[in-house]
Amino acid sequence: MIESIISMELPAGEHLAVRRNRICPETETKGCRRISLVSGIHGDELEGQYICYETARRVKEHPEYLKGIVDIYPALNPLGIDMASRTVPRLDMDMNRMFPGDASGDMMERVTAAVVDSIIGSDICIDLHASDIFVREIPQVRLSEDFAEALLPYAKMTNADMIWMNATATVHESTLAHSLNLLGVPTLVLEMGQGHDIHRSFGNQIVDGIFRIMSEMGIWEGPEPVVQEPAVSSDGEVEFIRSAVDGVFLPLIEHNHYVKKGDLIGEVVDPFEGTVKQQIRTERGGLLFTLRAYPVVYEGDLLARILTE
Amino acid sequence: MFERDIYTIHSTYREDMHIKGFQFGKGEKSACIVGAARGNEIQQMYICSQLVKTLRELENNGCISAGKQILVIPTINAYSVNISRRFFGVKEADINRSFPGNDYGEPADRLTNALLTEIRDYVYGIQFTSFYRPGEFVPHVRMMETGYQNASLANLFGLPYVVVRKPVPIDTKTLNYNWQDEMTAAFSVYTNQNNQIDEVSARQAVAAVLRFLKRMGLIRYESHSGYISHVLYEKDLSDVHTNRAGIFRGKVHAGDDVRYGNEMAEIIDPYDGSVRETILAPTDGIVFFAHTEALISEKDIAYRLIHRLHE
Repeated sequence: MIESIISMELPAGEHLAVRRNRICPETETKGCRRISLVSGIHGDELEGQYICYETARRVKEHPEYLKGIVDIYPALNPLGIDMASRTVPRLDMDMNRMFPGDASGDMMERVTAAVVDSIIGSDICIDLHASDIFVREIPQVRLSEDFAEALLPYAKMTNADMIWMNATATVHESTLAHSLNLLGVPTLVLEMGQGHDIHRSFGNQIVDGIFRIMSEMGIWEGPEPVVQEPAVSSDGEVEFIRSAVDGVFLPLIEHNHYVKKGDLIGEVVDPFEGTVKQQIRTERGGLLFTLRAYPVVYEGDLLARILTE
Repeated sequence: MFERDIYTIHSTYREDMHIKGFQFGKGEKSACIVGAARGNEIQQMYICSQLVKTLRELENNGCISAGKQILVIPTINAYSVNISRRFFGVKEADINRSFPGNDYGEPADRLTNALLTEIRDYVYGIQFTSFYRPGEFVPHVRMMETGYQNASLANLFGLPYVVVRKPVPIDTKTLNYNWQDEMTAAFSVYTNQNNQIDEVSARQAVAAVLRFLKRMGLIRYESHSGYISHVLYEKDLSDVHTNRAGIFRGKVHAGDDVRYGNEMAEIIDPYDGSVRETILAPTDGIVFFAHTEALISEKDIAYRLIHRLHE
């Protein structure tokens, strides 16, 4: 059942409505468990659209296996997704810096408060993100160290390639995941692919993980997908490679490959002079899990990240 | 006056962006004034330019106190100013949400790190900035409630109001917050415009800064005493929300007195011109903030009011 969890009037004959699809089991729902899939906080991140679609499709294909409630929210920032805008249009604000919201605040504060309110009661929530348009990522779970102990068992079932635990910056306290974790809803943040794009293979991989989690929680009694054991890393094991100059970055290696110390992974070139301004070599070996996709760079722009061995 | 480059960003397709500082006097790093961090903060940059002009005259007349140094940085984001974009670069980083930055981070992080390194030792820090919500404010000095804030010092600007805001997590990335964290007495000054020049409030802002510098003993300057500021806590302001969306026809402005029940605005149906809502003052008070855009959405804040304290 598609329902609006909040609807706010816009100036010229339209409403900003956040909608969810609640899929219930054929049998009694009282006391059953609930999973929430949310996506589209950032309107330029579309990978979650496929995951929402594929999850709903598989559930509907075998409704007899469903023993709990599946809530799917493909677009928490519907105007942003419609315009491929990372931020909330007109406000130019990052929606994932507005949680937990305020039910008596302004329009977006009420929207974010309504989102939190509707997800509370879920036994788990999965917040689906893509990378932005600038770098490409392998499927990974991002965990705050504050909640790692509670979330790690679920994170390992997601079928992601990697779990990245990092220290909580204060600013992260305004995210949906942080708010829900504080309010007692275990919430995982999944990130993959690239902005403005969908990678079906990444999506299928994560959908398998979602069904593995649903099986574990008694929400799904169909065949249980086999999932891989992800690499688990902390900040100290990730090498950031940034551009030392401005120019145009030309990668010389495929994303999601293992590299050795000293490998050449790309060049930053000057299109006016026809010269190479910087050769980008690795300081350490490991899995190249992030690779720049947007070519124009300034000094300091991220080119790659390596999960070191 | 001594002009110097504080930080430079190189682009393959544009001339370098220099963050220019204008230094007056020599000696103790006494006061630093920072203007536009966003590309639409034109009023803020203009006010700084007028301060540079006035301080240069004062310096030429020997009116900068001995052993005191004042630095003015009219903009830290000229790239965005030149293309009328609020945020920086293709990633649209908000420079005033990128502090304290770091020297091995993204371009915006490197900029803010270099800037903060340069200005962290000043005793007083003044930033002209803007709020994310478009509209006009009563000119005021704003401070974060960090535990280090000093509202008594803020009174010395002589503006009508000093507003103390309890920081939320996103505020911890602002210059004001991080300046205070470095033990600089930091003040944010808001006037009633961003991308338009308002001469009246610009003159008021220039006068307020000069008054403050004089009272701190940094310049010799004849000025009026200004207001005895009223200190407000942001949480005590009354928000007036809309119940409908449409075209906003405001009838009162920042600084106006309103009485309970006065008509403050109408919201007009954009198709048939009928009045969808009439917004009435919920209390006696003074308009602290007024929405000024032509459009407004349901539950947006149309006005913020200061409760009337006395007749």
